Amino acid sequence: MIKFLLMVNKQGQTRLSKYYEQVELGKRAALEADVVRGCLARRKEECSFVEYKDYKLVYRQYAALFVVVGITENENELSIYELVHNFVEVLDKYFSRVSELDIMFNLDKVHIILDEMILNGHIVETNKNRILALLALDKMAES
Amino acid sequence: MREIMVRAMYCEMLGYDASFTYIHAIKLAQQGGLLEKRVGYLAVSLFLNEGHELLLLLVNTVLKDLQSTNLIEACMALTVVAQVFPKDMIPAVLPLVEDKLSHPKEIIRRKAVLALYKFYLIAPNQVQHIHAKFRKALCDKDPGVMTSSLHIYLQLIRSPDSYKDMTGSFVTILKQVVGGKLPLDFNYHSVPAPWLQIQLLRILSLLGKEDQSTSELMYEVLDESLRRAEMNHNITYAILYECVKAVYTIHPKAELLEKAARCIGNFVLSPKINLKYLGLKALTYVVQHDAKLALQHQMTIIECLDHSDFTIKRETLELLFRITNAQNVTVIVEKMLDFLRICNDEHTIIHLVGKVADYVPIKTLTFAPDNSWFIQTMNDVFSIGGDLLQQDVPNNFLRLLAEGSESKEEDDQLRLYAVDSYLTVLKGHTSHLPQCFLQVMSWVLGEYAHLQESVDQREVIRLLTQLLDQRSVSSETRVWILSALTKISEGQTDLILDLAESLSSSQDTVLRQQAQELRHLSQDSHKTSSKPLCKNVDSSLSFLDGFVSEALAAGAAPYKPPHQRQEELCEDRALNLEPYGFSLPVSLSSCSITDRQSPTLLSVSSGLSGNSTELSQKAGSSTLILEGVKRVWGKDGYLPQKEATAPPVDEPSAAVQPPSQQEAAERIEPRPDPSTQNQDKQQLASSLFVGLGVGSSMSLLGKSEAPPLRFRKKPRPHESSSSSSGTSERSSDSSSRSSRNTTDSFLYSSLLEEEPAASISAFDHTPKSTTANGLAQNKDTKEDRRANTSQILGGDMVIVRPSTIQDKHPPSVSSDLTALLPADLKDLPHSDVISLTSDPSLSLSSCRLFRDEALLPLVVTTEEYGKLWLSLSHDVKQNLKLLTDAGDPLRTTLNALKDALQLHVVDIIGSEGIVACRLLSGAPCLLHCRVNGTALAMWLRSPHPALPDCILYHCQRALAHH
Repeated sequence: MIKFLLMVNKQGQTRLSKYYEQVELGKRAALEADVVRGCLARRKEECSFVEYKDYKLVYRQYAALFVVVGITENENELSIYELVHNFVEVLDKYFSRVSELDIMFNLDKVHIILDEMILNGHIVETNKNRILALLALDKMAES
Repeated sequence: MREIMVRAMYCEMLGYDASFTYIHAIKLAQQGGLLEKRVGYLAVSLFLNEGHELLLLLVNTVLKDLQSTNLIEACMALTVVAQVFPKDMIPAVLPLVEDKLSHPKEIIRRKAVLALYKFYLIAPNQVQHIHAKFRKALCDKDPGVMTSSLHIYLQLIRSPDSYKDMTGSFVTILKQVVGGKLPLDFNYHSVPAPWLQIQLLRILSLLGKEDQSTSELMYEVLDESLRRAEMNHNITYAILYECVKAVYTIHPKAELLEKAARCIGNFVLSPKINLKYLGLKALTYVVQHDAKLALQHQMTIIECLDHSDFTIKRETLELLFRITNAQNVTVIVEKMLDFLRICNDEHTIIHLVGKVADYVPIKTLTFAPDNSWFIQTMNDVFSIGGDLLQQDVPNNFLRLLAEGSESKEEDDQLRLYAVDSYLTVLKGHTSHLPQCFLQVMSWVLGEYAHLQESVDQREVIRLLTQLLDQRSVSSETRVWILSALTKISEGQTDLILDLAESLSSSQDTVLRQQAQELRHLSQDSHKTSSKPLCKNVDSSLSFLDGFVSEALAAGAAPYKPPHQRQEELCEDRALNLEPYGFSLPVSLSSCSITDRQSPTLLSVSSGLSGNSTELSQKAGSSTLILEGVKRVWGKDGYLPQKEATAPPVDEPSAAVQPPSQQEAAERIEPRPDPSTQNQDKQQLASSLFVGLGVGSSMSLLGKSEAPPLRFRKKPRPHESSSSSSGTSERSSDSSSRSSRNTTDSFLYSSLLEEEPAASISAFDHTPKSTTANGLAQNKDTKEDRRANTSQILGGDMVIVRPSTIQDKHPPSVSSDLTALLPADLKDLPHSDVISLTSDPSLSLSSCRLFRDEALLPLVVTTEEYGKLWLSLSHDVKQNLKLLTDAGDPLRTTLNALKDALQLHVVDIIGSEGIVACRLLSGAPCLLHCRVNGTALAMWLRSPHPALPDCILYHCQRALAHH
């Protein structure tokens, strides 16, 4: 099961955070800082999975942006690793060449996309067209 | 507003409290236009968690939007329902969501299924009636809807086996997915719906687990999956990993196993670090089933162990843990400790050290590499783990030292080694040592320093005193050290006085007090014992025998524990008086008037009821009166024990009996049942609230007097051997039993055992001479009556075996026999009357009466269990052995317990099981069992303070005998 998903840049600023398990607001910042430190410390040739408390962290770096997913022991790390890529591909498709700024200024859209893909910590949709279908409807309503 | 709401989301994300916007988020969802609504719902799902009170305000909006014809609105409402929705409000939206299952648009159907999944998770009972609709969703023509329904099934299949019939469907679906029958846009890097495949593989492995026929259905498709997933992309490896896990989980098939093993090989050998990691993880999973696989990859594993990547190392250690055995335990633990030394993550340290500490003693006891290694390793564990260790690690270690194993020599060697090694440690630099290590050391030195003769006790005292002077030592540790000093201080008055002097000005009052005590003790050296204290605590307080008998002789009432007094208050007084109407001997009736047990009555009756041999066996450790006194004097603390216990009160009076009578008692009334034999033992267990089972293997429940001691002593062999000093010819066949009973009584002083089988065998070899019959029968009648009487007197009597002798009349029908029971016992529930002999001149029957407590299964539903669980206060946790010989270990274990102890298995969910039972009088006890590696973590709760311990003990026994 997926416990949380974070998008953090190299400076340690959170760009997106979504928790699938209740974490107190006050503890989130500390957790995020810990997580980022853990991931930043690792070198390229080391594997993309780190242990952190009870979770396994799966991280993937895109330019200056890290996507970090906290999962439970029984989850398949590699499939989550690829899920992250799928997520980024979807964002890329929606924003056409996504950048950190796109995510900053369209927080709601990114959340909507994420909600389509992961619900209550489970992967529910991975088909790119379907993930974006709702947003496409939104766009139609907007215009 | 919409823009502001997004900013509020941003604020929350950065960790600032934006709770003032919550209500606006709800308003936005209620009133805004389509896009505002969208953001409003989104904000609600981010801000509020389930159970937040503001969510109630949203229910109406959700209802409205669910009914909306606008696709987007309905979608939004369903999404938010699937994310956060108050549990109590589910019934309000359930029908609407159900309707959506047949909506023409796939996206609505999909979201409806997901919402139902959420409902199932938080309130499974409410969606029970729509399981059929889940099946429909599984067969939906749209793959998306089908995928969503798999989440529900993955959850459902975890518990009951009622989904086996669906294996075929899942196999077909997987076949189609693997065969590329899905629309192209489901592909991810030209792999068809990889996450769907993973999901299906998980479902299949759950279904096929330990089920050959189901497994056979899926061999083909698993083979296909293994074959297809050859493309060189991460996601195919993810599928492969899941496949391998499935192959090893389901009923094995050699061909597939071979292929899977090859896959693992590829993983482990891969230069890609992520794959190596996954390979190790797979290997860790697989070695549980087939340890040999690890051998093939020995070299790779060794390499990984020295890998620069922390995660890889950690995973390798995990793997090594699984393959530990007698030969490699030393090496593996060594590696583990090396790793710990360089590791600086607190969480990992706690986790691993706990494992090592759990592991080392077990391994040492089972495989016993050697003592020095054990102590050395534990030293390392303590110094590395330090104060991060959980408290039970040092506790268990000390218990191990204190309890020891079978042979005393070995124990002493171990202790000696510990003392030596600690002395060495203490001579070195000590300021960096963690407190808990210091505590362990001081305890061990206090207890066992005397074993090491070559070391001057003064030296030990000096070292410990040095510790006391150190700044870094916490005050709790100081207390430990000081009590150690107290134990070994004898004869070293000068040193101690100096010490006490220096401490008497200490800031810490506790220390000051202890120092004061220490001084007094050392001045009065005869008060202290030269023997280590914990070792020789006389649990029966036999040294008080003289005092007690004097007091009783002077007319004092025998002590009764408070609860027994209470019971008696509650009971009808007539209960105790009536049976004496039957009793013939005058000597007894005089006592019975007092409504109390007098010592003479007790000893005579118990002597009659059993054989005196066994009585005297028990007497040393367990006489009623002594035990009673314990209550009064128990708080006196440590007291020196005389090795030979004082002559018990019972013995003389039992010996007084004419041998012929005793023999007759034995002959005609063979009652080797330990519970009746050891009347006094029953009495001793006056704190007993005995449970009496039906089956012969059923053991009785007693509760311990004191809260269970962690440092419980094992019975010494000489106790049982010396106990067979009796005269009876039956001592040989009863000795094995009695020694076990001694054990029991020692461990759980109030345990009663029932052994009908033994009673029959004993009966067999007591020949009956017809000539002696007349006399014997006469006595029998008396004795039987008396036996009954005596049992009634003992407030905790459990079993009554009325033996009715009918001189001239043929044995009457068994049903009539119950009428012969003493009046006050007639009303008690009893078992069937069993005739014990076919001798025409003698009728001997027995039946069992349940007077006190019996353990009964408690039938509750899972919900009731949950509620009850929260309401119970006394709880106990312990790891038990897991029966791993057959099938599902949890189920097997629980069934074994159920059979042995009359428990009710309420539910088994995944690796957890809940079990309930109750006493005849109603006190429930709930057991929560979780499979924890190779152990069963048992958590018991009950309103009764001693019941959990007691049940736990019996569970342990049941499992040990299994």
